[in-house]
Amino acid sequence: MNRRSLLALGGAAAALCVSGRDAIAQQVQITGAGATFPRPVYERWGQAAREAIGVQLNYQSIGSGGGINQITNRTVDFGATDAPRTEAQLRESNLIQFPTVMGSVVLIVNLPGVADNALRLTPETLVDIFAGRITRWNDSRLAELNRELRLPNLPVSPVYRADASGTTFVFTTYLSRVAETWRTGPGAATSVQWPVGSGARGNEGVSNTVRNTPGAIGYTENAYATVNRLITTQLQNKSGRFVTPVMASFQAAAAQADWSRPGFAADLVDLNGNDVWPIVSPTFILLPTNPAADRVEGSRQTMRFFDWAFRNGAEAARRLEYIPVPDAVHTAVRATWSAVRNPGGSPIWTPSAA
Amino acid sequence: MQQAASTAVERKSIGTTGDTIFEWMCRGAGLLVLVTLGAIIITLFVGGLPAFRQFGLEFIWSTDWQPVEGRESYGAAVAVLGTIISAILAIIFAVPVAFGIAFYLTELAPPWLKRPVGTAIELLAAVPSIIFGMWGLFVLVPIIQSRIQIPFGETLGAIPLIGGLFQSTNFAGTSLFAAALVLAIMILPFIAATMRDVFEQVPPVYKESAYGLGATRWEVMTGVVIPYTRISVVGGIMLGLGRALGETMAVTFVIGNANRLASSLFDPTTTIASVVAMEFPESLMGSLKQSSLLALGFLLFVISFVVLAVSRWLLRPRLK
Repeated sequence: MNRRSLLALGGAAAALCVSGRDAIAQQVQITGAGATFPRPVYERWGQAAREAIGVQLNYQSIGSGGGINQITNRTVDFGATDAPRTEAQLRESNLIQFPTVMGSVVLIVNLPGVADNALRLTPETLVDIFAGRITRWNDSRLAELNRELRLPNLPVSPVYRADASGTTFVFTTYLSRVAETWRTGPGAATSVQWPVGSGARGNEGVSNTVRNTPGAIGYTENAYATVNRLITTQLQNKSGRFVTPVMASFQAAAAQADWSRPGFAADLVDLNGNDVWPIVSPTFILLPTNPAADRVEGSRQTMRFFDWAFRNGAEAARRLEYIPVPDAVHTAVRATWSAVRNPGGSPIWTPSAA
Repeated sequence: MQQAASTAVERKSIGTTGDTIFEWMCRGAGLLVLVTLGAIIITLFVGGLPAFRQFGLEFIWSTDWQPVEGRESYGAAVAVLGTIISAILAIIFAVPVAFGIAFYLTELAPPWLKRPVGTAIELLAAVPSIIFGMWGLFVLVPIIQSRIQIPFGETLGAIPLIGGLFQSTNFAGTSLFAAALVLAIMILPFIAATMRDVFEQVPPVYKESAYGLGATRWEVMTGVVIPYTRISVVGGIMLGLGRALGETMAVTFVIGNANRLASSLFDPTTTIASVVAMEFPESLMGSLKQSSLLALGFLLFVISFVVLAVSRWLLRPRLK
């Protein structure tokens, strides 16, 4: 009798759990994969959207290269990348591309005795550091730029992204633009052959490695530096002024964005302007134009999610020091969503579907 | 008698079907293993063929790893050398310690200590490898960075020929040495457990005769126990080596992920498993990079096969 009642109790509990889970499963889930660059803001939007419109976002930050791969193979609803695809590449994989926010790449250092935003770097010294030509922090070239600082006699340890990364793409694009030796040498890509230094996985990995290694210098997306309270540096921009990586410098760069390029691939690297931070980039979402029948709902919910984020996500983005794209661009983006069609040929997104 | 014979015949005819089915199931299981192995080898080889065709046999000793589109060039030398060197270093670090543990547990430990220490060793084997990676990154790497690399560099760096092996410009702590150390701790339980088990199986009469003749404990160990258990000891070491060659996550965390040859113990480098783990997710289907990674996988297979063949050859006389 005892065992039987226990069994009945267990069965009732199991039935309760299953029925409870059914109720929660009413929420729609969309999956995305790609860049670690915008992960903080996408996660914040995901949490807010769950309550607001009932869309649950499952975002895997595996790097831009991984995101492009996954969406090309249609294993996720959308891909995220910082490295924009060319028109030909988009056509070949039947994808459309649109920007969500703009972020910036900053340099983080671990130098005991050097305060936040105190260290000054020029493009030439930055290239020399990552090319291995400057090996100690008290090198004369660095001391000359930073006469008021006492730079420690530590070896320079560059840290880069070991996985394919849009952050690497943006950073190496900048390095290639400011130094011919870098352009013909390692070049600009999501993954390059770094002459010196050690690699870590993800923006998170680079932040961790820099934090644990005295004398390390790495490049990450600004949100990681802010959230983890890492020491950043000043950088000399194209106009010759040393700028600090603050919101005003990022906005100065973002204001000059030309969104008329195909795929909204505005180029914000190494722009002219006194207050401009030289390493800013939009980050993009890739959506298939021809989702399979079982992916149509996911596609529609993805567009619904981003439509909501365009209208309500600006504050969250700004708090994480990303720059939302202008409203005019949002309208242009929604217009391109009519290219996403179901197998029957009709567009999945209609403004009333929000 | 008649009845007994007929029932015996009846029972036999019912039994045969069950036996045949079971025989075929076992045969199927064995075939499944062979087919799976064959399928893996073929997939790796066919997938890696474009890379071999593009770069030729040079792929095996080229140290390039240039992933930029337009000037792609891949080579296996860095990863292969990293794999082999880190595994050999791990064996060098682990085998003496494992031997010490086995010796202690079988000869020197008081009986009440044998069980706890033995269980602790086995628990070490059960720890997931990613935990080792995390522990290595957060605990071991700072220790190496601050307390091991600099003293080693100063003292051993002065040795004329091989001094360069201990000096490095890399102070991030993640290096070949860190990877070898983490691997050594991971393979230690397998080797130690195998050694302890076989040391215990040595018939006491052999050891007692040796002691009776006046041999010391060390002489008994080297003269009686080890020669008797040679096969299994080598088998345990090969087991550890096999695990060290293929270990992925623990190594990826602590080796520094630099696609460059390590000229010193404290330089960052990479292994086959860790370069595949890092770069496979982003490689597009059918691209040259993916085929290079598959070719690397095939090379790892070949290395493991060679290690197995060597161990079989070492044990050959006894197997007769």
